Amino acid sequence: MDASINIPEIPIPDELRGTVSITTLDRIYNWGRRSSVWPMFWGLACCAIEMIATATSRYDLARFGMEVMRPSPRQCDLIIVSGTVTKKLIPQIVRLYDQVPEPKYVMAMGACASGGGPFKEGYSVVSGVDQFLPVDVYVPGCPPTPQALLHGFITLHEKIAQQSIKTSPWYGREPIEPLPIPVLGPDLINPRDLPAIQANANRPAEPATTAA
Amino acid sequence: MTESPAPVLLESLEARFSPGARRDDRPGFEGYIVEAARLLDFARVLRDELGYDFLSSVTGVDYLPDGRMESVYHAYRTTGGPGLVFKVQVPRDNPVVPSLVGLYPGAELQERESWDLLGIRYEGHPDLRRILTWDGFYGHPLRKDWQEAYFEEEGKPLKNRWPEGRVYRIEDKVPFHHNVKYPAGWTPEGWVPEGDNALYAALGKISSTDQDAADSMDTDQIVVNLGPQHPSTHGVFRMVVRLDGETIRSLKPVMGYLHRNHEKIGERNTYLMNMPFTDRLDYFCSMSNNFGYALAVEKLMAIRPPERAEYIRVLMAELTRIVNHMSAIGFLLNDLGAFFTPVMYAFEERELILDLFEMTSGSRMMCNYFRFGGLARDLPAGAMERARELVFNRLPRKIDELDRFLTGSEIIRGRCVGVGVLPREKAIAYSQVGPVLRASGVSYDVRRADPYSIYDRLDFDVCVRQNGDVYDRFMIRFDEMRQSLRILEQVVRDMPGGEIQTGKPQYQVRVPAGESYGRVEGPKGELGFYLVSNGKPNPWRYHVRAPSFINLTALEEMCKGNKLADVVVTLGSIDIVLGEVDR
Amino acid sequence: MYGIGILKGLAVTLQHLADSYLDDLRWLGRRYYNPEALAARQGTEGRGVFTVQYPEEKLPVPEEFRFIPFLIYEEGENGKQLDRCTSCGICAKVCPPQCIWIVRTTDAETGRPRPEPAEFYIDIDICMNCGLCAEYCPFDAIKMDHDYELASYDRKTRHIHDKQRLSRPLSYYAAIRPANFAREEALRAEKESAKEAAKEARKN
Repeated sequence: MDASINIPEIPIPDELRGTVSITTLDRIYNWGRRSSVWPMFWGLACCAIEMIATATSRYDLARFGMEVMRPSPRQCDLIIVSGTVTKKLIPQIVRLYDQVPEPKYVMAMGACASGGGPFKEGYSVVSGVDQFLPVDVYVPGCPPTPQALLHGFITLHEKIAQQSIKTSPWYGREPIEPLPIPVLGPDLINPRDLPAIQANANRPAEPATTAA
Repeated sequence: MTESPAPVLLESLEARFSPGARRDDRPGFEGYIVEAARLLDFARVLRDELGYDFLSSVTGVDYLPDGRMESVYHAYRTTGGPGLVFKVQVPRDNPVVPSLVGLYPGAELQERESWDLLGIRYEGHPDLRRILTWDGFYGHPLRKDWQEAYFEEEGKPLKNRWPEGRVYRIEDKVPFHHNVKYPAGWTPEGWVPEGDNALYAALGKISSTDQDAADSMDTDQIVVNLGPQHPSTHGVFRMVVRLDGETIRSLKPVMGYLHRNHEKIGERNTYLMNMPFTDRLDYFCSMSNNFGYALAVEKLMAIRPPERAEYIRVLMAELTRIVNHMSAIGFLLNDLGAFFTPVMYAFEERELILDLFEMTSGSRMMCNYFRFGGLARDLPAGAMERARELVFNRLPRKIDELDRFLTGSEIIRGRCVGVGVLPREKAIAYSQVGPVLRASGVSYDVRRADPYSIYDRLDFDVCVRQNGDVYDRFMIRFDEMRQSLRILEQVVRDMPGGEIQTGKPQYQVRVPAGESYGRVEGPKGELGFYLVSNGKPNPWRYHVRAPSFINLTALEEMCKGNKLADVVVTLGSIDIVLGEVDR
Repeated sequence: MYGIGILKGLAVTLQHLADSYLDDLRWLGRRYYNPEALAARQGTEGRGVFTVQYPEEKLPVPEEFRFIPFLIYEEGENGKQLDRCTSCGICAKVCPPQCIWIVRTTDAETGRPRPEPAEFYIDIDICMNCGLCAEYCPFDAIKMDHDYELASYDRKTRHIHDKQRLSRPLSYYAAIRPANFAREEALRAEKESAKEAAKEARKN
């Protein structure tokens, strides 16, 4: 249990780094995409203030082409989940994610969005937005300073630079299924959990006991 | 600074209502215990005869070992002075308390919160629905016998972290691998979600008395949802409005989208562990939040910090006020459509002040700087220089520049003057605090009315404006920034040397049993912390009286009859922060 | 005239615009990418462009800055790592969200506990950067780091820091927090000399 928590780093030799086969077309395509990633104006809690501070004159997101923060999900590329994700709000977050057109990216900013943060133990907090959305970059910190967030954006840009048109899911043949939207009941109901809930219907859900 | 009513009147209270009201004589407690049946008469006498016209806080406490629940009220007089605490004790298996909304409309949202989290039913409340959790949520979370899905132990520190701390992720240990827990035997088959039906019914119910019935034209009224995701920068807040054309007929705020169970976690934490959590309440003003909590615990422990610590505390609190008002002005201008240039200028100053906070406490926003009996560490070398440069040189210049930039603008005047008016009596009745209250003509500032720390020695004026519209709430923030500069000049000039902590710094604080209510005049208004201690290392009850939350009670009143575009501006002028509203 | 207020406001914006160019001229092209200019620009007398050109220029963090904790080891002979941590558990007890897990070493032969940590974990998805662990450690063993560039693609494999990832040498601590280091070393030296003096006194 303990040893498998962290898979040890697999060292990649220098000559193999960055040799994902990128053609010129991919390079131009990715350059265009990563130089103008438009985030969605989606500030949840304290991390949102650091995000706004990153957009103001001292740290200036406009240098990265990202100052266009559109409130409408139809016009943005990146959802920065900045702040604690609560159960009451997660249906709206998933709905917004479904509305963002491809290609889309999700950044979990802060400890709360990454893994629940200091409020994880409570009854109304989702332990990390990656329980519902596929996250591309995690930026830890509580809150991450604007420079840490900028480092996170650069990490995202590096990820975008590695992608290729040939293998991208948004140009593939299969339609991309929207994520199922959770429902608020006696507690949050994730539609993917419905079989498990049915199975457990006769057994009351026990709270976690101390670690064995 | 006025004295409380003559002791004769207060004593006669007990005589008048006896046996319906008696003094609370538990050691460490204060105030009156009133019987549920006599509560309304008692409150009426308080308000009309004794002059306690301002009901500041309504909350509840669960006393599981004694088998009862208490509903606790704090009332103040707008002319100043200490407050009056009164409580109603009801049995735990059927907690019913008469609602005070008829006498003090400001109790509306707070009673809903008490119902939601504790299950105390308020009879006579016009719209008793859940507020911080959602309709259909199972159970009342703040009850002592209600355990969350990730429950491990009653109080921290947890025993399984040391000496045998085998690391794990708690979601791997729970049946559904999520932070969820369903009632015994519940199955989703045949279950229908409650949704927002009760909310939309309330929208129609409350305003059925207004005069749209007299409207002769046969127009449809539509319901519009504003939020929780919206371009304004105030956070995840939702308003449901019923519109007749563009005019607002009724408005219901919906909150709870950032409910982070601060109070439940507060009961599991020890007293010191709660300090960094208070940073995250009103995340613009972490120093003020720390200040309020430190005052509440110091009241229980009966200690006071040394002189230097008091001066540094006031320095940080007033700089925080400037930070907050700058941001508030910037965000109000955002809401007006001046997207981002005023924010840029305001945030430049904020960044310079945050540099000072980072230099001193280690973090820009989550300062965690105050401790019980003093401060965590002293000011480093260069901090006083920086503070002097800011206070005497940069900030006065920049505040004047922002004033020149914004206040004369005809667009701002046209959009803000006469919009969102809140008259004086309504402001007091709706328990408004802070700049909202003072812009409506009520000269109530906790720093003057009930001074704490060294404010009784400092020379400053309480800013008041008379009209109570958005423009006055905007201008009063400039006034308050200038008064803060006055205070800062005195503090920076007179900063003494010496110790910064009374007693040794320790992580296990001994807090005697009792209750205390510590309040500060935060930038958004009166921020209060209500603590009940039973002598153990963890608090028994920890409640935050959040100014933004209670200021939202008057939102409908301010917006009725205005246009939809004015709602956003009015909300901006109240200056809410969701971390405080939802806790 | 109607509109004077707006014009006055526009004058302020124009002033800011003019300042940004005038300031560039005053610095004669050396305005960016050197620390001296950065400090002047970020001070209270700064005018004109206020931006920090991250990542080419990084605003230096002050000494008290706290991000994720780290453990200090002293370098013994043969490059052996001597952890200062004695696994007393105070940091785990004082951490508000309880994100520190410590396994104390048990001596293999005697079965008694030894003052060394066998395992030490911090989950940075829970850590709130409050610094209480560093503040209350009686052995100056755990301190707050300055490194904030921790963004990653996968949290399940990288966000629980184990003892090896958390350990840094004492020289690193002295480099990032010189004033604190000097003060603590002075205190240690004082305690050492007081102990020596007491030993001498007992011998006589």
